Amino acid sequence: MPGTIETYFDKLERTRVWRSIFRSGKGTSTLHNALAIQQNVFLHLFPTKVRKRMLGLGATWYLGTLTLGTFIVLVVTGILLMLYYHPSVPRAYSDVKDLQFAVSSGLFLRNLHRWSAHAMVFLAFAHMFRVFYRGAYRAPREFNWVVGVFLLLVTLLLSYTGYLLPWDQLAYWAITVGTNISSAVPLIGDKIRFLLLGGHLVNANALLRFYVLHCVILPLTAVVFLAVHFWRIRKDGGLYVRESEPGAASHEQQSSNEEQKTR
Amino acid sequence: MTPPKDFTAAVGSDMRASQRRVLFVTRRTSPQVKVYDEERVQTFSEVLIRALLAVECLLIGLVLMSLFFNAPLEGIANPTNTPNPAKAPWYFLGLQEMLHYFPPVVAGVLIPGLLIIALIVIPYFDINIEAEGFFLKNRQQRLMLSMIVAGSLSIFLWFFDVYVALAPTVIIAALMLLAAFSSPQSPGRLRRYLALRPIFWWIMTWFLFELIVLTAVGTFFRGPGWSWVWPWRS
Repeated sequence: MPGTIETYFDKLERTRVWRSIFRSGKGTSTLHNALAIQQNVFLHLFPTKVRKRMLGLGATWYLGTLTLGTFIVLVVTGILLMLYYHPSVPRAYSDVKDLQFAVSSGLFLRNLHRWSAHAMVFLAFAHMFRVFYRGAYRAPREFNWVVGVFLLLVTLLLSYTGYLLPWDQLAYWAITVGTNISSAVPLIGDKIRFLLLGGHLVNANALLRFYVLHCVILPLTAVVFLAVHFWRIRKDGGLYVRESEPGAASHEQQSSNEEQKTR
Repeated sequence: MTPPKDFTAAVGSDMRASQRRVLFVTRRTSPQVKVYDEERVQTFSEVLIRALLAVECLLIGLVLMSLFFNAPLEGIANPTNTPNPAKAPWYFLGLQEMLHYFPPVVAGVLIPGLLIIALIVIPYFDINIEAEGFFLKNRQQRLMLSMIVAGSLSIFLWFFDVYVALAPTVIIAALMLLAAFSSPQSPGRLRRYLALRPIFWWIMTWFLFELIVLTAVGTFFRGPGWSWVWPWRS
């Protein structure tokens, strides 16, 4: 019967339970759409309206959105991978081997996590340079740029701590090379290295520490900074537009009231 | 008798949406200011659907890649067997390349530390809101200054045999020279484009160029003992 699913949804949206969860109410008016954003704890980070020309591919290349996309993919695949992985030596390596050969779709899962991680690092860099070349970091968006730089660092650390977890030769020596650098910090270098590794060498303690950093501390840090990052877009006046850009002129309207440039 | 008001006050109709609208314009100056009142679309559902579509496309790409290319997995970690070369992840290979030339305290601590600080302070130092071309004002002075900086940097890199980082520096310096002798009226699109670039553009472009070159060299052109190899010959 045509329309069955629609009527079903229609009924569902009218139920008391549904309306207790989604308070924006039923309808497609401007008000309803605005409320759908405003009354949702996650979506209210974003503005209820966006300038139309910012939706074109050329304005942002959607790099920020895509970086968030890779992050979500990484969280989902990461949680699934955690179900098969023990952060201990030598169990870690055999778990990854199992993922490759024994777990159904384990190889695909690990591949997706690995390539998404590389993609996220690349996209975060690309996003940063894109924002720079558009000049979108200038006042009043300075602080959001700084938050973005921290997010880039968190992204790099996330990727780097994840690099050790397979406990293969590639992982072991990449982390050895990297953590040796930290001992070059004047005065406290060796202490930092000891803190990171839980010892003087990359061993089981290091694996456990990197695991905790990779699966708990750094993702939580990233989520907190991401929330600030998105919220600040709205608070700083939406996605950056250059008034001299093409597209601005066509929408330009000479306002009846005179205004003074304050910036 | 109250003196006549010296200003007019105006409030935009969508004041809540764009906060920059409350203004006092004095009658004496009464400047003509353009107002951009542009079309907006609702985030729900137009923007969200587009974002979802973008992520969907990305996901398709990642899934295809995961189906056709396997993530590397080597033998179990063996502390007694050092692979040669032992490489960091690709995004750190630029730093590892620097580590080949400079002591760890410089390449591993000083350079990345300064880079992070530089990135953070950019918006606080970049007060050139108009983003006008660097060489359009005080050309002689600015050209001399930039050539001194680029020159000393080049000599420094040359002194330490860092030819990999020297090449991008020299290329950017050459482009700056070209920009200094160009103007927005110059023939040729490249020259017009370069003439309008502000100083921060030059610094960031130099950094981006170095980043790409160093990462590419570390990834593809370094073999045993960090020696130079041609990727197509191995």
